[in-house]
Amino acid sequence: MDKILVSPNPHIHSKTTTAVLMRDVVIALLPAVLVSVVFYGWKELFVLAVSVISCMAIEYLITRYCLKKASTLGDWSAAVTGILLALNLPSTTPWWVVFLGALVAIGVAKMTFGGLGQNVFNPALVGRVFLLISFPTYMTHWEIPQGLFGVDAISGATPLGVIKEGLMQGSTVPELMASHGYSYSQMLFANIGGSAGEACAIAILLGFIYLLVRKVIKPWITLSILGTVAAVSCVFWLANPAQFTDPLFNLLSGGLLLGACFMATDYVTSPMSTKGGIIFGVGIGFITLMIRYFGSYPEGVSFAILIMNSTVPLLNKWFHQKKYGRA
Amino acid sequence: MARRTFSIGGVHPADSKISRDCKLEYLPIPPTVYIALSQHIGAPAKPVVAVGDKVKAGQVIAEPGAFMSAYIHSSVSGTVKSIGPRKDLSGNNQMVVEIAVEGDEWMENIDRADNLVTSIPDDPKAIIEKIKLGGVVGLGGATFPTHVKLSPPPGKTCEMLIINGCECEPYLTSDFRTLLEKGEQVVVGTALIKKALGVAKATIAIEDNKPEAIEHITKVVETLKAKGPEYSGIEVLSLMKKYPEGGEKQLIDAVMHRQVKSGGLPIDVGAVVDNVCTALAVYEAVQKNKPLIDNSVTVTGECFPKQANLIVRVGTPLNYVIDYLGGVPESAAKVISGGPMMGKSIANLEAATMKGTGGLLFLTREQTKRMPESSCIRCGKCADACPMGLEPFLLNRLAKAGDTDALEANAVQDCIMCGCCLYSCPAGIPLLDVISQARGQVMGIMRARAAAAKAAAEAAKASAGS
Repeated sequence: MDKILVSPNPHIHSKTTTAVLMRDVVIALLPAVLVSVVFYGWKELFVLAVSVISCMAIEYLITRYCLKKASTLGDWSAAVTGILLALNLPSTTPWWVVFLGALVAIGVAKMTFGGLGQNVFNPALVGRVFLLISFPTYMTHWEIPQGLFGVDAISGATPLGVIKEGLMQGSTVPELMASHGYSYSQMLFANIGGSAGEACAIAILLGFIYLLVRKVIKPWITLSILGTVAAVSCVFWLANPAQFTDPLFNLLSGGLLLGACFMATDYVTSPMSTKGGIIFGVGIGFITLMIRYFGSYPEGVSFAILIMNSTVPLLNKWFHQKKYGRA
Repeated sequence: MARRTFSIGGVHPADSKISRDCKLEYLPIPPTVYIALSQHIGAPAKPVVAVGDKVKAGQVIAEPGAFMSAYIHSSVSGTVKSIGPRKDLSGNNQMVVEIAVEGDEWMENIDRADNLVTSIPDDPKAIIEKIKLGGVVGLGGATFPTHVKLSPPPGKTCEMLIINGCECEPYLTSDFRTLLEKGEQVVVGTALIKKALGVAKATIAIEDNKPEAIEHITKVVETLKAKGPEYSGIEVLSLMKKYPEGGEKQLIDAVMHRQVKSGGLPIDVGAVVDNVCTALAVYEAVQKNKPLIDNSVTVTGECFPKQANLIVRVGTPLNYVIDYLGGVPESAAKVISGGPMMGKSIANLEAATMKGTGGLLFLTREQTKRMPESSCIRCGKCADACPMGLEPFLLNRLAKAGDTDALEANAVQDCIMCGCCLYSCPAGIPLLDVISQARGQVMGIMRARAAAAKAAAEAAKASAGS
């Protein structure tokens, strides 16, 4: 001992760093990644690779050469954005479209605000919505391969898209469900067409449970979104089952689970307090359902989360944790 | 049944109680002791000895300097060499009485026999007087003079005495060893404090990472309950291990489900909290006439070759303690007085122990390394960890902006400096460093405002009277 260190307390640290938390999110996404690759084959692996590499490369170049700071790739957050963006895209998306999405996600939604911790909107969702509006054809073309890494593929629309289209042509929900053979067990375990990450509900829930067990996130935001969607859709469905889809269908279809478990729970763009989180979740659930039922897009999770992202500063101002010894 | 604990925040650092099996052991008396005149909260004591005086162990060497102060006794027999400034563990000058040790002669009225005295005096005032004469102060960290704590202001009544055996700081085991080896004395001390307060109920709260202590104290309480009615109403309560359970406010919440209001005292919600070692000191002062001249100190750390729980005379130089156990290890980078969460890092190993010294912890550079600071990711882990329900991320931001009004509105003054926020921040932001500075500033503003308001009120009263 040559020098004695003197510093204020505490003298130890939990050792849970940003990198450890973000790595846990990557681990939690692995089941969904695996399932998407199994369902969509090599194409999906390619989309994932392009997205992750683009996100990391863009962040690196911006931090090193525009901001002239040390690289932030070590915090794993760019990798998380890359995976989430890829899971929000169809496996058939061309590489340059994926790259553009990554450029908007990292370059515009994240780095222009000052990088990790500063952004108002979820970067992966900004990337996805940019692509959805700019390249609607690529973004709504779903290809469902037959069998593992199959070459034969059928193209189609998502269940939400099928229903929206069908309702506009005058069919009823039960007819459409029956004619397309949608079943809940299929939606829970298997591939029903859509963004790669939406393929299997169980895989997403596995990751969600992992995040809860590791105490990376708390369940309130997710539960609040799912609870709101279930409750509100239940009211509409009971009122008119011919026009409105039922609660279970709404919970299992589209990007709701992926959004509720992985996108809405993003630290940076969600409220700090439990109360704020619950209100945030209610907003997301409600807006999602309104878009699905009455909007022109078949799916509204991305829009709902982005809209509610903008309310976070206000929710943080209004709602605080309960303080000790104060009413 | 759910494990009982406090309701807001808290963290779970590894408890690292590697010295838990080391029995209490008396450290040999050093050749010289340096007894500080200010080792309690409140005014420094006034010396009543002069250079050249011969003193015995247990003899008063300084008297309370004010209502909020405490007696100080010589911890050894010998000759007073000097009375003057000496550097304390932070390197600041403190008035100390230096005594060169000669033999080990004790004051005659001190009962040094091992027998347990279980009869409780009838007069609460006599108990409090003996506690005052014994120089007993709170040994849980705050060193609040115990006789002051046991004399609640008029209009306030105590409903529950809580004896704090949580020892929620990692590494420290001196309370645990005291519970195991001096449990009887602790329980008699509890009955004495209970009697002094005139309270019917006492709870000895112990965290459930110390099952042996819970079992032992439960047995002791059962046995002593047969001795007399003074022992009824004493209960042992097992609490879930969580830091900072031993914090006074947190412990009251865990035991009584009541919360002390901001700026208030435990007695406002009917609670008095004393540490187990304080209960032991009360026992010794009241039943044995032995003033507080020694205390138990855990010496530990993975890099330290010999773990120990020592009973050390007050005023023993730290390097004497360390050398007795083999000296400072090469790999140690930091020496802490107390535990790793709230302890103070020591700048001067020549400083001497005080009544409140509970532990000497050696940490390596790796163990005590601060994370490199990165951007706040707004994860809210600091707010989840804060046992006062504060939002450290927000206080940090407000402190950097220098917004003292907003800091006060967001309760920075309620911070108990437990370190949970900085411990849990994944971005390594020095939250507590910034917050404690802001807290001092805001508390200064609040004091100045209170003083101004008081002066204005008095001026108004004076002008109304004339």
